[in-house]
Amino acid sequence: MYRYDDFDRQLVHERTEQFREQVKRRLAGDITEEQFRPLRLMNGVYLQLHAYMLRVAVPYGTLRADQLRQLGMIARVYDKGYGHFTTRQNIQYNWPKLDEIPDALLDLAKVEMHAIQTSGNCIRNTTTDQYAGAAADEIEDPRPYCELIRQWSTFHPEFTYLPRKFKIAVTGSPNDRAAVKVHDIGLRMHQNDAGETGFEVMVGGGLGRTPFVGKTIREFIGKNDLFSYLEAILRVYNRFGRRDNKYKARIKILVHEEGIDKIRELVEEEWAQIKDGSLRVDDAEIAHYIEQFAPPAFETLSDDDADFERHKSENRRFANWVRSNVIEHKQPGYAIANVSLKPIGGIPGDATDTQMELVADLSEKYSFGDVRVTHEQNLVLPHVKKADLFAVWSELDKADLGTANLGYVTDIISCPGLDYCALATARSIPLSQRISERFGDLDRQHDIGELKIKISGCINACGHHHVGHIGILGLDKRGKEFYQITLGGDASQDASIGKIAGAGFSEAEVVDAIESLVTKYIDIRESGERFIDTYRRVGMDPFKEVLYGDR
Amino acid sequence: MAIVKNDSVIEQEWITVDAEGDLPASDENLIVPLARFKEERDSLLGRNGGLGVQLNPGDAPEDLADDLDRLSIITVNFPAYTDGRGYSYGRVLRERMGFTGELRAVGDVLRDQILYMHRCGFDAYDLKVEGEVALNKVRAALKEMSVYYQPTGDGRVTAQSLRERRRAALQ
Amino acid sequence: MSLQVVTANRLEDGLVVFLTSDGNWSENINDARIADGKEAADALLAEASAPELDIVIVGPYLIDVEQQGADIVPTKYREVLRTKGPSVREDLGYQAV
Repeated sequence: MYRYDDFDRQLVHERTEQFREQVKRRLAGDITEEQFRPLRLMNGVYLQLHAYMLRVAVPYGTLRADQLRQLGMIARVYDKGYGHFTTRQNIQYNWPKLDEIPDALLDLAKVEMHAIQTSGNCIRNTTTDQYAGAAADEIEDPRPYCELIRQWSTFHPEFTYLPRKFKIAVTGSPNDRAAVKVHDIGLRMHQNDAGETGFEVMVGGGLGRTPFVGKTIREFIGKNDLFSYLEAILRVYNRFGRRDNKYKARIKILVHEEGIDKIRELVEEEWAQIKDGSLRVDDAEIAHYIEQFAPPAFETLSDDDADFERHKSENRRFANWVRSNVIEHKQPGYAIANVSLKPIGGIPGDATDTQMELVADLSEKYSFGDVRVTHEQNLVLPHVKKADLFAVWSELDKADLGTANLGYVTDIISCPGLDYCALATARSIPLSQRISERFGDLDRQHDIGELKIKISGCINACGHHHVGHIGILGLDKRGKEFYQITLGGDASQDASIGKIAGAGFSEAEVVDAIESLVTKYIDIRESGERFIDTYRRVGMDPFKEVLYGDR
Repeated sequence: MAIVKNDSVIEQEWITVDAEGDLPASDENLIVPLARFKEERDSLLGRNGGLGVQLNPGDAPEDLADDLDRLSIITVNFPAYTDGRGYSYGRVLRERMGFTGELRAVGDVLRDQILYMHRCGFDAYDLKVEGEVALNKVRAALKEMSVYYQPTGDGRVTAQSLRERRRAALQ
Repeated sequence: MSLQVVTANRLEDGLVVFLTSDGNWSENINDARIADGKEAADALLAEASAPELDIVIVGPYLIDVEQQGADIVPTKYREVLRTKGPSVREDLGYQAV
């Protein structure tokens, strides 16, 4: 994993001191809230419904054990004993005091963490596949490129006051787990005809009030040219992106209004002028970063482990967890273990201080000190020996972290919604809890199979509802919460934006509505079909009928 | 209202004119908006006084390609600090078009943006505070950070090149 | 007819507060000074927006309330949540006390 050198450390240190001074100036009355607001936002400090919120960056979703342990400590000392993992692979704390935040940031800096790139109209924290460096289906580990993007995009002097925020996601696998097609820029690693590995560049994807699937602007860009190409896109966006209307300011609107061909022309023209400049990264430089993410010291093992098999046959709960939460690793004898933050009826993505510390301990003991955060709001121990899985699960299970539901109907993405968020129009957490309880039975969940429900508490779509197989959007109708259902969304390599099924439902009705959709799917599915497959085969009508009948 | 350049407060020797209306005497130093420059280019270039151009958001710095060596100053207007187009204009003018005259940020120029402006090629800042205060703000802003990841035309050494030097020294 | 109070978040810790009769800020909405009618509400908001309060509170605004017995209750659910805390964590916020 990447370790900071003195330059990285110095930069974060200076930033922390800078913010400490800014907070001091604010509390002393030397600067007004109007002047302070953009400064605090650029340090991840929001003002939410009940208190301040501090959003801490987890660059490309990768954490070391000591970092996760520190996140637990921060939760205990500066907050109320928990944190919330977000769809941006970050963590946010809901109750920090303004005058204590500089100290919290200092404690974060001690473990090479910070709140940079978590707010503002800058290039935000880059996200990637949570299984990077572990997945069996990976072409190449995307993290070295993510780290290079992190450095290029951190305090970029030209791109800190963009028309709007800007999100980049990278996948190193053909099976996209990072939702790259719904990001401002999505990068997909693949090989060209000459056998070189590089990136397909997609641009203009996004969710929010006008969702779009990203369009390919370039089939292939070589690794050496990636950064000049990104800079060219950003410069075109910074110069030509709309600034007259906040809701039309994302690059997706520019791409939509001008057309991808026009944008491609502008970007290529720009790129031609900078591609041989100082942003070209040579092979030695890339090799240096690849080395930083070298695989840990895996043992040479047989892929089968007798104890593992025995535990599976003796313990049904463990077997269930393995079936849903354990994923194939590229190294024989190892597995990827997913830690669900979606206990039945729980708050999606929340983890207590002690849970964070436990996962940190387990990662140290069993996973080379490596932990990942997923955009689906779970944690991952990426490199666990199959022989150790039972011990890992047993510890997780005791801490309510052993829920066997990855990818199932209860593995719901949910934004904080009106329970915490100042922008929300309705609550989303209680709804996710009710759905989770309704479908809590594991046999039933397994029978239903992969079904991604995603809930947002407002049109900004932090809960990714547009790309849920079933998406739910909470709105306010004359002071009452009501929920609109979309069907057929997908965040994977087959990305699609869900379609609105029809009129919204009250809070009381919506869980029944979801159940009727699921029942219909079970009724009409063909062998091997997931919910999304059935939807794509039969379309909206059969589902609409169970929701609305003749209505 | 003070202009800070090269670590000192400088006098305002330029008259910025509007898009329309009468021009001052021929020997006055003038800054005209790009649109007017394009319309009245020949007569403006024929004046005795110094000539500068102001870029507003949406303008194309490329429009000045043929005349850069006749311009002593280009001002870039940041009508609100949130409008970051001027940063790109600065880099294009300096790094691509090779403009060597004064590049001045005007408008909503705040302390916390000055380092970014400097990194994008600006060398003068028109601040809405008086002399010493303005100078101190610029000084403080320019030394607030000492590590830079991005190679830009301001000549500050990036972390990457320092790392390379160090690696080379070790070999 | 329409009753309103002024709410804001306290600068230091971000917690929800309400403008009281004596010009202070309370965490308890029942301490809030009620404005009856538009004129009184405007005056209340003007008082809360005084520049010298910028060092005490952030973002003051008016909310509609009803008098329910001894209690002042916001009419919008969002504001009810602000007087209590997250509905999904009854152990947190003002409701926990």
